[in-house]
Amino acid sequence: MNGVRERLASRTFSVIAVVIAVLWTTPTFGLLLSSFRPEGEIKTTGWWTTFGSPHLTLDNYGEVLFGTGNASGRLADHLVNSVVITLPSVLFPLVLAFFAAYALAWIDFKGRDALVVGIFALQIVPLQMALVPLLKLFSQGWLFLPAWDPTGPARFGHVWFAHTVFALPFAVFLLHNFLAALPRELIEAARVDGASHGTLLLRIVLPLARPALVSFAILQFIWVWNDLLVALTLSGGTADTAPMTVKLAALAGTRGNEWQRLTAGAFVSALVPVLVFFALQRHFARGLLAGSVKG
Amino acid sequence: MSFDVVAQQPKLLYLLQGIAAFTAVVGLILVALHRGPIRRRGAAALLLAPALLLLAVGLLRPGLRTLMLSFTDGEGDSWVGLDNYVWILTDPQALTALRNTLTWVVLVPVLTTVVGLLYAAAVVRSRFRALALSLLLLPMVISFVGAGLVWKFVYAYRPAGADQIGLLNQLVVALGGQPQQWLVDSPWNVLFLIVTMVWTQAGFAAVLLAGAIAGVPREMTEAARLDGASPRQIFWRITLPSIRPTLLVVVLAELIATFKAFDVVKTMTGGQFDTGVLAYEMYDQAFRYGQTGRGAALAVLLFVLVTPVVVYQVRAQRGAR
Repeated sequence: MNGVRERLASRTFSVIAVVIAVLWTTPTFGLLLSSFRPEGEIKTTGWWTTFGSPHLTLDNYGEVLFGTGNASGRLADHLVNSVVITLPSVLFPLVLAFFAAYALAWIDFKGRDALVVGIFALQIVPLQMALVPLLKLFSQGWLFLPAWDPTGPARFGHVWFAHTVFALPFAVFLLHNFLAALPRELIEAARVDGASHGTLLLRIVLPLARPALVSFAILQFIWVWNDLLVALTLSGGTADTAPMTVKLAALAGTRGNEWQRLTAGAFVSALVPVLVFFALQRHFARGLLAGSVKG
Repeated sequence: MSFDVVAQQPKLLYLLQGIAAFTAVVGLILVALHRGPIRRRGAAALLLAPALLLLAVGLLRPGLRTLMLSFTDGEGDSWVGLDNYVWILTDPQALTALRNTLTWVVLVPVLTTVVGLLYAAAVVRSRFRALALSLLLLPMVISFVGAGLVWKFVYAYRPAGADQIGLLNQLVVALGGQPQQWLVDSPWNVLFLIVTMVWTQAGFAAVLLAGAIAGVPREMTEAARLDGASPRQIFWRITLPSIRPTLLVVVLAELIATFKAFDVVKTMTGGQFDTGVLAYEMYDQAFRYGQTGRGAALAVLLFVLVTPVVVYQVRAQRGAR
C-alpha cells in the first residue's frame, strides 16, 4: 500500500517537474525558432507551423546587427557598447572592493566596525535614490568637483562610475565576509616574517580570495550586461554609447511588431550572459544567495 | 548593411584609456603600500580611500539629495513640503502604480516560491538535477528585457480569423475562444506582466530550495518513512519545517527584487494601459516628465518600503547559514 502511494507521489512530482520545465523553456524556444524564420512568415503564421514547412534563414540576424535603415537595429554597434560598458564596470568595483575589504578585514584601526556596518547598510539604498542627483552632479559638478558632461565615447565614463559605485556596498560585503573567514595564522605568520601589507595583499590574500572574486565578477558581469535602468538614464540612448538592452527596449516600444528584429535581437543580447553562465555556473549559484539584497 | 569598424575605434580607445587610468591609480596605491614604513592607519586609509570617496560622492550624497528633492517642485527649486507625497496618494496614475506594486509584491514572491519549491522537490534526487536547475535559471540570465520580449511574443495578438502568431492566443483559439489583447486589457494585463517576472525568478528560488532540501538529513526522512509516513506527510511535516529558514530568505529576496522591478514593465507595455509600478513611475516622472520632485518622492517611498525587508532579510540569512 505504502509502496503504491509512494510511486504515485513520485510520479506526480515528476509530472509537475516536466510541466514546469516545459512551461519555462517553450516560450524561449518559440522565440529562438522564430528568429530564424523569414520576416513574412513570422508576422503571419505561428512558429509551431514551421515544423511542417521549414524555411530557415539568418537574414534577421544580419538585419538587426548590421542593417543601416533607421528602423533596423544596428545592434552590432550596441554590442560593442555593451562590451565597453561591462568590462570596466566589473573590473573597477572588483579591485576597489577587494582593497577595501582587505583593509576592513585585516588591518586594525579605530572606527573599523562602524565603517563595516556603514558600508553594508548602503546596500539598502535602491539605485533609484541616487540617479537624479547623480545626473545633476555630472552636469553641474559639486564643491571641488568640476562638471563632467562629455559627448561622444567619454559618456561611457558616467556609466562606469555609476555601476562601480552601485556595486561597491555589495562587493565589499561579499569579499569582507570571505576574507574575514580566512585562517588568521596564515596572515600572522607572513606578518611576523616582515611582509608589508602590499605583499600580503597580493601574494597571500589575493590567491586565497579567488572563489569570492570570481563569484562577484560573474554576478556583476551579468547584472551590468543586462542592466536597463542605469544605461537608460546615463548612457544617452544613441548608437555611440547605449548598450543593447536600451536599443532592444526602444525597439520593443516603437516597433513592437517587427518581430523579425526583436527575436534575433533578443538572442544576440542573451548569447554572452548565457555563455558566461554555463562556463562559470558553480560560482553563479554561490553568489546568488549573498546577492539577494543588492540594490 | 554595414558595420563601420572605424566608428568603433574611439570607443575602444576610450575603453583602453579608462582601464589604463584605473590601472595607474591601483599601481600607485600598491607602490605606496610596498614602499616606506607605512603605519597601519596609513595603509588602511590608502586602501579604503577610493571606495569611500566613490560611495560618498556617488551614493551617500545623491541619496540624501533625493530625500531633499522629494520636498521640492518639478525643477527641484522651491520647497513644496509634503505635496509630492500627497500627490502619490491622490493622483489616479500614481495610485494605479501603487496598487499594481501591491499586487506584484504579493503575487511574485508567492508564485515564485511555490513553483521553485515544487520543482526543487521534484528534481533534487534526480540524476539530472544540475541540468534541470540550469534550465530554470536561464530566464534569469537573459535579462529582463530579453524575458520581456519572450513573453510579449507569447502574448502577441492577431484579430479573430487571422492566423495567430502568439502561443497563448493560439491555445485560446484552438480551444474555441476569441483571441485577447493580453497586455492591453486592464486590470488583467498586470497579471500577465507578473507571469514574466515569476518566469525570470523561479530558477533562483529552485536553486536555493534544492540546496536546502538536499541538506535535510536523510536519516530523518528515512525514519519517518519506516514509521509509515506517506511521502506527502514527510514533505509537510519534515522537509518543509527543515527548510523554513531558506524559504524565508527566498521570499524576502523576491520581495526586494519585485519592489525594484522596472525593466519588465518598460519592455512589455511602457507603463501604458494602467500597468505602471512604483519603480517605473519613478523613472517616468523623473526622466521623461521632468518632475524631479515627484520622482524623488517615489524613490524615497521605494526606499522606505524596501528597508525593513532588507533588514529582516539580513537577519534571516544569518539564520539560514
